[in-house]
Amino acid sequence: MLNFMLRRLLSAIPTLFILIALAFMLIRAAPGGPFDSEKQLPVEIEANLRTAYHLDEPLYQQFGRYLANLARGDFGPSFQYRDFSVTELIRSGFPVSLRLGGLAMLLALIVGISAGAYAALRQNSAADYSVMTVMMVGISIPNFVVAPLLILLFAVGLRWLPAGGLGDGEARHLLLPVIALAMPQIAYIARLMRGSMIEVLRSPFIRTARAQGLSMPRIIVQHALKPALLPVISYLGPATAAVITGSVVIEQIFGIPGLGRFFVQGALNRDYTLVMGVVVFYGSLIIVFNFFVDLVYGWLDPRVRL
Amino acid sequence: MRHLNIFASSVRLSCFAVVAVLFVGCGGNGAGSPTAAVEIGGPSGTELAVDQTLHVGNGTGPQTLDPHRAEGVPSSNILRDLFEGLTLEAPDGSVVPGAAESWDISADGLVYTFYLREDAQWSNSDPVTAEDFVFSLRRSVDPATMSHYSSILEPIVNAMAVITGKKSPAELGVEALDALTLVIRLQRPTAYFPGLLTHSTMYPVHRASVEQYGNQFAREGRLIGNGAYTLNEWVVQSHIKLIRNKFYRDDVNTTIDSVYYYPIESQDAELKRFRADELDITEEIPYQQLTWIRENLGDQLVISPYLGSYYFGFNMTREPFQNNPQLRRALSLAIDREIITSRITNAGELPAFGWVPQVANYSPVVPEWAGWSQAERDVEAQRLYAEAGYSADKPLKIELLYNTSANHKRLSVAIASMWKQTLGVETELLNQEWKVFLETRQLKKTTQVFRGGWIGDYNDAFTFSQLMHSANAMNHPGYSSPRYDELIERAAGETNLSTRADILNQAERVLLEDMPIIPVYFYVSKHLVKSWVGGRKPNIMDHHYTKNFYILKH
Repeated sequence: MLNFMLRRLLSAIPTLFILIALAFMLIRAAPGGPFDSEKQLPVEIEANLRTAYHLDEPLYQQFGRYLANLARGDFGPSFQYRDFSVTELIRSGFPVSLRLGGLAMLLALIVGISAGAYAALRQNSAADYSVMTVMMVGISIPNFVVAPLLILLFAVGLRWLPAGGLGDGEARHLLLPVIALAMPQIAYIARLMRGSMIEVLRSPFIRTARAQGLSMPRIIVQHALKPALLPVISYLGPATAAVITGSVVIEQIFGIPGLGRFFVQGALNRDYTLVMGVVVFYGSLIIVFNFFVDLVYGWLDPRVRL
Repeated sequence: MRHLNIFASSVRLSCFAVVAVLFVGCGGNGAGSPTAAVEIGGPSGTELAVDQTLHVGNGTGPQTLDPHRAEGVPSSNILRDLFEGLTLEAPDGSVVPGAAESWDISADGLVYTFYLREDAQWSNSDPVTAEDFVFSLRRSVDPATMSHYSSILEPIVNAMAVITGKKSPAELGVEALDALTLVIRLQRPTAYFPGLLTHSTMYPVHRASVEQYGNQFAREGRLIGNGAYTLNEWVVQSHIKLIRNKFYRDDVNTTIDSVYYYPIESQDAELKRFRADELDITEEIPYQQLTWIRENLGDQLVISPYLGSYYFGFNMTREPFQNNPQLRRALSLAIDREIITSRITNAGELPAFGWVPQVANYSPVVPEWAGWSQAERDVEAQRLYAEAGYSADKPLKIELLYNTSANHKRLSVAIASMWKQTLGVETELLNQEWKVFLETRQLKKTTQVFRGGWIGDYNDAFTFSQLMHSANAMNHPGYSSPRYDELIERAAGETNLSTRADILNQAERVLLEDMPIIPVYFYVSKHLVKSWVGGRKPNIMDHHYTKNFYILKH
């Protein structure tokens, strides 16, 4: 087991390195630079700025410097937010994104699992069809359409909730963005859950349980739910990735100061260090997640360890 | 947390009682006296809201709140509240005394002597001195500060030499005679200099905090300013909150207690937040919804002339436009500007036939063809097009470049179709993301016709005229005319205002004859402003100071 863990850990290092190198080259390959603006800089000032940010050095040297700083946990100064370091920006943006994403995942799981199970138990009834139709719509409509509609209805029309911003992080500010972000995941999880529940309910051990005279609610909760949840759990990885990418859009629409918004603004402004910082941060996070998922799989299934 | 200042609210409440009984104005915390009927801070007879918190949409977030390193409209909006230059602008945009109570100008127009206010204080109660201004102006031009905008200080003696590293900052033409007397020497008479002093690169910074924190001094908890407000909270990408500076010299006449600036890039999002009463003032409006806004929010839509020119430029360094003035004129004449401003932009923009918009002390050039009907212009355009050697069998094929945006696209499509209809020109439209566009346009290697816009830095024709000087790095067409350059240089040194205006007029005529650019329209500023926001007047620079605002009871 220890051997397996070590191997997984070692293979994570080159993955991370390739990620950093690719992101580093790609953002620099984009035309236009961080100091281009409508107002042209005097040549001397631009030269000073390039020196200050080490952009005058050869690329390999810049990359080396970046890696060395990164090893010390220093993401460098932001180009766009001239008085802030990228580390500071990530520290302020990540908790916001984490809360938004975490709540969206939680909502997606609760609503998705309940709706899916409900539809499965009433398979081919009107209730089943209507739930599944709603879910189909949920998957098909992208969240950049859902979000403005929610704002128009609940903020502008009914005035129940704010139209944007985070305020002091109160629940009413988070409600709409969380719903908009969770919507496609709710739909996906509900469909997964319905399918696997139907399958489980048809399996012999459930028939046995029924033959023994157990009540239906007890069969579902005690016997059917756990195996039916397995596909949903294995979907958690891709769902996390989807929520992260989704939050890039949602944060932009609602004006929420999370990492996704920093990423978009950073890319538009050619804020090399900020874009790199977010990519490296999320990249490492996903690599770490995958590492743990692999560990859990390895623990569950000895064949994987070989 | 909108009611942080409970004390201020209660003072205001007691003030209301006075208002209700005596019907006189209530101007801020200190103005409890019924005789103090001040103009700023609520005219007599009006009743103010208890909560004097203002919420402002501000385009994008500022890169920095260091006035010398900041650039762009969003940072300027906030910096005007945080700092006060020697002069500032009244609500109507006219230049009035700021940190300087008064000033003398020497007879030759070269030496400005400023007399600072005795009671001016920084937000930590330190006095604002002439020495602070000397330190700040030197810092602003010091290349080590890496100011993006310091070249605007160019009229000051040695400013450009310091910026380009040829002289030391100490050699800048500024001097403190005593604690309250500041002398600024100019290289040549500059009529717009008092207006220039309202620019953030001319603001004073607090020496002790700059020396303590270096370039990081403009952060929450550190920033010390001399403006009407101080920085209370800065959550990047969320909001910036300013609260009153109780040491501000004119705090008695200030009414708004706190102001929030929100970075909202999307105009649609901004409109929704305005409609949900989360914003009192927006930075922009979404063009596509203009009709809806007019019908539903008509009285809250504030549109007024803005100091900017929207144009299309020809690449004058390449064929087919390099040596072909007839072709350039033909393309310009074939554009129906009235259609563009009435059907496409439609917010009250003025059709532009010249380069310089309506500015102070200048009467813009109106070329002869501006008085023609579009049919007449088309006939002339066709004649010039044929003269340039193009015809239906041998049409001109060009590429038109603009930065990606729905508005620029609509306009470019319209222009391409006007060219097609009148002349048979085949135009290929090309759009690029902003930063890519900037680079392509600057390189001048592949472009033919490109979009451009110029917003004046100060209320004077020169900010437009100098742009097309051959040595200007922002002369995107690459226009180079010895005659034009000579006129600009002469105007730069001219003391007599009317002679100067005449020279700039001549220069504009030369420019419009050569036509390296196609003027399309003059900008307007477009904001949504809640009916309860008082004290705000539209002005050509679109500069506003929160200290002049007040919120009416609603």
